[in-house]
Amino acid sequence: MKIPALIRQYWPTVALFVALVVVWQLAVTTGIREYLLPAPLSVWHAMWDGEISWGQHLWATTWEIIGAFFMAAIVGVALGVAIAWSPLLANALVPFLVFVNTLPKVAIAPLFLIWMGYGIFPNMLMGALIGFFPVVINTAVGLSQVEDDMLDLGRVFNAPKWKIFAKIRIPNALPYILSALKITATAAVVGAIVGEFVASQKGLGYVIVTTQSSMNTSVAFAALVWISTVGLLLYGIVVLLAHLWAPWAEGID
Amino acid sequence: MAESLIDLSRVGMTYQAVSGPVEALAGISLSVGAGEFVSLVGPSGCGKSTLLRIVAGLRPATEGTVTVEGRQVTRPIADIGMVFQAPVLLKWRTILDNILLPAELAGKEKRAYWARAQELLEMAGLHGFADKLPRELSGGMQQRASLCRALLLDPPLLLMDEPFGALDAMTRDDMALELLRIWGERDLAREQRKTVLFVTHSIGEAVFLSDRVVVMSPRPGRIAADLKIDLPRPRTVELRASEAFGQLNLEIFRTLTRRSSAGAVS
Repeated sequence: MKIPALIRQYWPTVALFVALVVVWQLAVTTGIREYLLPAPLSVWHAMWDGEISWGQHLWATTWEIIGAFFMAAIVGVALGVAIAWSPLLANALVPFLVFVNTLPKVAIAPLFLIWMGYGIFPNMLMGALIGFFPVVINTAVGLSQVEDDMLDLGRVFNAPKWKIFAKIRIPNALPYILSALKITATAAVVGAIVGEFVASQKGLGYVIVTTQSSMNTSVAFAALVWISTVGLLLYGIVVLLAHLWAPWAEGID
Repeated sequence: MAESLIDLSRVGMTYQAVSGPVEALAGISLSVGAGEFVSLVGPSGCGKSTLLRIVAGLRPATEGTVTVEGRQVTRPIADIGMVFQAPVLLKWRTILDNILLPAELAGKEKRAYWARAQELLEMAGLHGFADKLPRELSGGMQQRASLCRALLLDPPLLLMDEPFGALDAMTRDDMALELLRIWGERDLAREQRKTVLFVTHSIGEAVFLSDRVVVMSPRPGRIAADLKIDLPRPRTVELRASEAFGQLNLEIFRTLTRRSSAGAVS
């Protein structure tokens, strides 16, 4: 995309963002108390405050999110392929997966603490648990949304089942999978933070929990900004990969 | 006429629907000679597409026997090219890679067919489009690519299921001429041409293209008439305006509209 086109597309986004920050700053200077709503500038300062070891917290949360994302992606695709491959596996797995998906994952978090204690892994698992289901469904759907005529073409040449998967079904499912991974990217962030809320000794969610007692809202806001930065980066990478790997499906979602 | 390539003997097909068994085809006996161009016309739902798939071995006939090149068809036969109403190209593959798909599916060395694919692209007027994605081509061009794909492995038999049905009228007439040219109407002897079984809704298209037009009755599909089209080849645009062409069209039209009283032809 050329620079003028970029400006034309994104100036409203930038304008709205700047306007919101200005209104926010004005609102704070005209009377809202700092502990209720910190000024954008104090949030900015808190983000770079050396007393809070942001690096360590960011590191922990980022790892949890990345781990959750990959676990959800790998397990989700594997389950989706299993479901599309064999009706027997589909009958066995689908009701069970639907059941797992209906469980409120937040409610399981305390159990994770009992089973696995403190640490990065249980929080990864929480993120993966929240994010894997759309991947399963989209993988299975993408693998089966192939025109009957195309499958007939495969049968005419007596192509083995794995070849139909490798050459037709899996490429066909790719845009569906990438589309689900956008949801998973967001879900991984939610899961990591939920996990940290329940049990953690570091991470951005942990920072937010500790600010509750001290009413240090600017630090809480700073943590939020860091969380969304990580989340946006991951989301951006998935969008970019979708653009690179499945350019033919542009505009599907 | 040369010996027959396809032989259908009292072929019937009954499938199970929710409401009970449905008889789709009944008592179809038909022979198609090698190098012959035969069209199947009939009302929607008369089972002509099903018949095509039975010949391909993609659906089993519930009655009668089907032989292709003397062998009884019980499972898909690899020696055919299929063209469907939609181009059915893989969206993520270039036109060239789409055309090479049959080689890959049939477990053959893809590179050995590269030159053949280029030659087909050239013949179909698609040179310069080899590296394009399907969506960059018009509907007519996509359908040509689909025809190239069907011809890649040089099958003796071409099965075409309303291949021009989704195209606009003008493109459709062009494609008919194009198909006859690719079929080798002008430059190949009859024995060297492919045998074509062509399903269509269009009487004019059937008459224009074929050596024989087989008219089918509504469900259960039976053969209501089998007409030899004795028009000179190569067929030309002017032919469409001739009296003989009009007569044949009329005759087929009458057979189709008389269908209810036509009854079984065995």
